[in-house]
Amino acid sequence: MNYSNPFVAMLFRDLRIAFRQRAEIMLPVIFFVVVVSLFPLAISPDPAVLKSIGPGVIWIAALLSILLSLQSLFRSDFNDGSMEQILLSPFPGSLLILARIVAQWCVTGLPLIIISPLLGLLLHLDAHVIWVLFISLLLGVPYLNMVGAIGVALTIGLRQAGALLSLLVLPLYVPVLIFGSNAVISATNDLPYNGQLLWLAALLVIATTLSPFVISSALRVSCSYR
Amino acid sequence: MSVKDKLWLWFHRMASPAYFFKLAGQLLPWSIVATVIFMLIGLVGGLVFAPADYQQGDGFRIIYVHVPAAWMSMFVYMVMAANSAIFLIWHIKLSDIVARSSAVIGASFTFLALVTGSIWGKPMWGTWWVWDARLTSELLLLFLYLGYIGLRSAIDDRRVAGKAAGILALVGAINIPIIHYSVIWWNTLHQAPSVSKFDNPSIELNMLIPLLCMALAFKLFYLCILLINSRSELLEQEKRSQWVKELVTSS
Repeated sequence: MNYSNPFVAMLFRDLRIAFRQRAEIMLPVIFFVVVVSLFPLAISPDPAVLKSIGPGVIWIAALLSILLSLQSLFRSDFNDGSMEQILLSPFPGSLLILARIVAQWCVTGLPLIIISPLLGLLLHLDAHVIWVLFISLLLGVPYLNMVGAIGVALTIGLRQAGALLSLLVLPLYVPVLIFGSNAVISATNDLPYNGQLLWLAALLVIATTLSPFVISSALRVSCSYR
Repeated sequence: MSVKDKLWLWFHRMASPAYFFKLAGQLLPWSIVATVIFMLIGLVGGLVFAPADYQQGDGFRIIYVHVPAAWMSMFVYMVMAANSAIFLIWHIKLSDIVARSSAVIGASFTFLALVTGSIWGKPMWGTWWVWDARLTSELLLLFLYLGYIGLRSAIDDRRVAGKAAGILALVGAINIPIIHYSVIWWNTLHQAPSVSKFDNPSIELNMLIPLLCMALAFKLFYLCILLINSRSELLEQEKRSQWVKELVTSS
């Protein structure tokens, strides 16, 4: 059986649906920018201070905006019954769900990564530090989407899904937060940062290989009690 | 009958609710007695007979609660994850009950370890909380437990809740080592350990024996709670089955 066709078909279907609601796509990015711009107001506009807190601020804002965008990940599919069809189709559910997550990453994660250098400039990060920030987000944000999707799949049918989702997912985000912001901080201090980036890449590989299976079995459980 | 067959027979028997209920009832008094004995030996040995530490004085004696609780917090999560895997693979209800009752006990042990750790930290480090690698990963472990309990209680259907929470426990079990080592790594990059831990490798024998007794007592205590919990859960879950009806009418 050829597996690339259903993957591509699913990916384009989801992208097409997403681009029909452009306002919704922009919301996580706008949230990201607004949260980051609140920090200089709350802490200090001093460039030295911003330089030291900048990496952590941008990473936490990215993490929260991904968490915010996760809520809608399987929502419409789950409500209108397409989720059952995806899981019942002759193709592996995990493959189709991976396509769904990749599509979600394209519309929420990617814009956020693209706009991050601009925020780095606002927080007075140096040019080479902004480059490291960009790479670390490029490697780390897909992990946030993958692991976050596990939490979404487990909580999709629940009433109080939002608060529970953050409790389930945020502890699992800790390693990526540590390695991501640490790589940028190391770059600020002219220390080697390859190790952290390699760790991020390793975590991304683990998440990409394992999480689609976990997500599809979690979705099967969630679909069984609606 | 070969050893393998015997083992399978035992495994199947253990999975049978009626057999396990009876066995748990027989085991319970013994494990309570053993818990009390070991806890008494550990407490008296640790609080009275063990010599005071040359640096920390009598303040170190809190380790007789703190260290076993911290050991248990990890151990219980592993028991929970293993039982979740058994439940997801072989659909043995008993494993789900064990996982379910372990979660609350494990969270309590984790909380106890955090509280005793910070009480110990106040006189020794001069502050209630340090962003030390071990404390931080213990805190994250508490969050993982709370997430598990939260997910379980949010789903009404018991069987579905077991499956969903089981998946979460397995994801957590894969992530615990990653979280643990990333936190250690984060801490060593940020600051050199400014407070000395137990870096002397050898611990006095009459300090160590009470500690091991307490660790054993905590394990036995966990077993007692597990047996009591699983007995009551079994009764509730199997309330329509024949053996429960016979049990109720005979008593």
